[in-house]
Amino acid sequence: MDFELSDDQLAFQATAREFAAREFAPQAAAWDAECHFPKAVIRKAGELGFCGLYSPEDVGGLGLTRLDAAIIFEELAAGCTSTSAFISIHNMATWMIATFGNSATRNHWCPSLTAGEKLASYCLTEPNAGSDGASVRTTAEKHGDVYRVNGSKAFISGAGDTDVLVVMLRTGGPGAKGMSAMAIPADLPGITYGRKEEKMGWNSQPTRTITFDNVEVPATALLGAEGEGFKIAMKGIDGGRINIATCSVGTAQAALTAAQQYMNQRRQFGKNLAEFQALQFKLADMVTELVAARQMVRLAASKLDNAHTDKTVYCAMAKRLATDLCFRVCNEALQIHGGYGYIREYPLERHVRDLRVHQILEGTNEIMRVIIARRILEEHAPDAIR
Amino acid sequence: MKILVAVKRVLDYNVKARVKADKSGVDLSNVKMSMNPFDEIAVEEALRIKEAGKADEVVVVSIGVSQCQETIRTALAMGADRGILVETDQEIEPLAVAKILKAVAEKESPQLAILGKQAIDDDSNVTGQMLAALMDCAQATFASKVEVGDGKVDVTREIDGGLQTLSLSLPAVITTDLRLNEPRYAKLPNIMKAKKKPLDVIPVADLGVDIAPRLKTLKVEEPPERSAGVMVESVAELVDKLKNEAKVI
Repeated sequence: MDFELSDDQLAFQATAREFAAREFAPQAAAWDAECHFPKAVIRKAGELGFCGLYSPEDVGGLGLTRLDAAIIFEELAAGCTSTSAFISIHNMATWMIATFGNSATRNHWCPSLTAGEKLASYCLTEPNAGSDGASVRTTAEKHGDVYRVNGSKAFISGAGDTDVLVVMLRTGGPGAKGMSAMAIPADLPGITYGRKEEKMGWNSQPTRTITFDNVEVPATALLGAEGEGFKIAMKGIDGGRINIATCSVGTAQAALTAAQQYMNQRRQFGKNLAEFQALQFKLADMVTELVAARQMVRLAASKLDNAHTDKTVYCAMAKRLATDLCFRVCNEALQIHGGYGYIREYPLERHVRDLRVHQILEGTNEIMRVIIARRILEEHAPDAIR
Repeated sequence: MKILVAVKRVLDYNVKARVKADKSGVDLSNVKMSMNPFDEIAVEEALRIKEAGKADEVVVVSIGVSQCQETIRTALAMGADRGILVETDQEIEPLAVAKILKAVAEKESPQLAILGKQAIDDDSNVTGQMLAALMDCAQATFASKVEVGDGKVDVTREIDGGLQTLSLSLPAVITTDLRLNEPRYAKLPNIMKAKKKPLDVIPVADLGVDIAPRLKTLKVEEPPERSAGVMVESVAELVDKLKNEAKVI
């Protein structure tokens, strides 16, 4: 067993770090303050390959592993959490179209999505279907060659500024088996977008509700077969959880670095903060937990790459642990900065605001515990999950 | 036309250099190394000349330990065609670097050699000049603009008084200044392709070049720590100190 990154992974990591430091970090505070969605910079990220990391190569993706992607998203997030998280969602939605779309759908969308020329939103959550994802009520009724779609989606990242919507909707009876997935052009007649939500963080990407009013979608837009929607959603979300978790790790790394530098510069009571043992111990715990979180995320990514039977449980554990620990690391980094941590001249309060939502989306951390507990209580599970 | 670009593996520009305890040099253990930034600019310029259809091949050469292959791979990922590592564990002084590059140039016969104006580790700023002298060809240092013409190259140089434009006949040696261009990022697919590009490793002994050191390093020290300032009581005292202590007015 080797815990070291391969030469390729090191090269990907170096490019992502350089790109994030030069293209994201200097502007992240302004994008946050102005709620600016940096599409031109995302396009630039697409030119380097960041928009189709694990999509297949025949549609312009790189066909990388989830572990490779986790290493890359981590570095991007150190520059701008919110923009990187959007890029990761775009990657997931693109992968869904590339994996489950028919050849016309794939060829229509994927080359421009993997290049970052067009952008995708992922639409599962509804006003009354959050953690209970199988209860979606947006319907698609088949009429000849088209589906007529009605209903609404909530908290959709990028909505109003993206080109294609990967939508989970009901084509059959209640429950998971009645759900289907579709790649719906974002500008079809009958689609309306709500106002831009005002949020605590993740301000460099717009969040809106989407309403479908008798939207006629060509039947070819179906991803997979009718009734496979929930299965597709769950396949996508394992990777989505790794992505969110690794964005937390990258942000926490940026916060840790800031705190370490601050401790070596800031003087109080005639000495550097670094000389106070209370703060030394705080920093020691921060780096310990950060490294643990990173390794947990990489383990889960590896389980997903190897299609481990319990990959979903590992992804849930990684998402829960990394988003909780890294939120704490950012919060402690803010504490070390004192009053300066709380004002916007420093990035710490933004890191805290951005990471807070990672404990909520892609399945709340409570839902993660439900997934983990349900499995670990099964016979022989303690021996299988280790 | 073939372009030869020399790249050096140096302490990363973000890393704070630490001097070894015995003052024999800079501690390079466990620190990030990367391509000398001026050399990145040299690679970028060579690629732009090739992309403009004025060159057919960009060959990257580095001199040093086996890990310099990573630096060459970085250049290949940016778009260079092939790499050559002249491998040695010895410390190579600028004159020896120039001699080695000349030996490589004799084998490769490039029309243009582009180098960084200096490496950010020792800041010598002599290799390009020495190489041109050894090759007995034209040189233009501190380039801020390069235009390749027919059998010649026009180079705008940054000099103390402003800008100077030289027209050199080929073959020629150019060294790059900071404002020549902004190097591209290596695209992820190109990082993967770079692994398959040819990279020859030549032991330095095979070139038959005298690389014996001419210089002796006595000691390497950190710059002195800035001492605390003093408050002066009056303008008169300030003027007095500037005149008699600092001797700046």
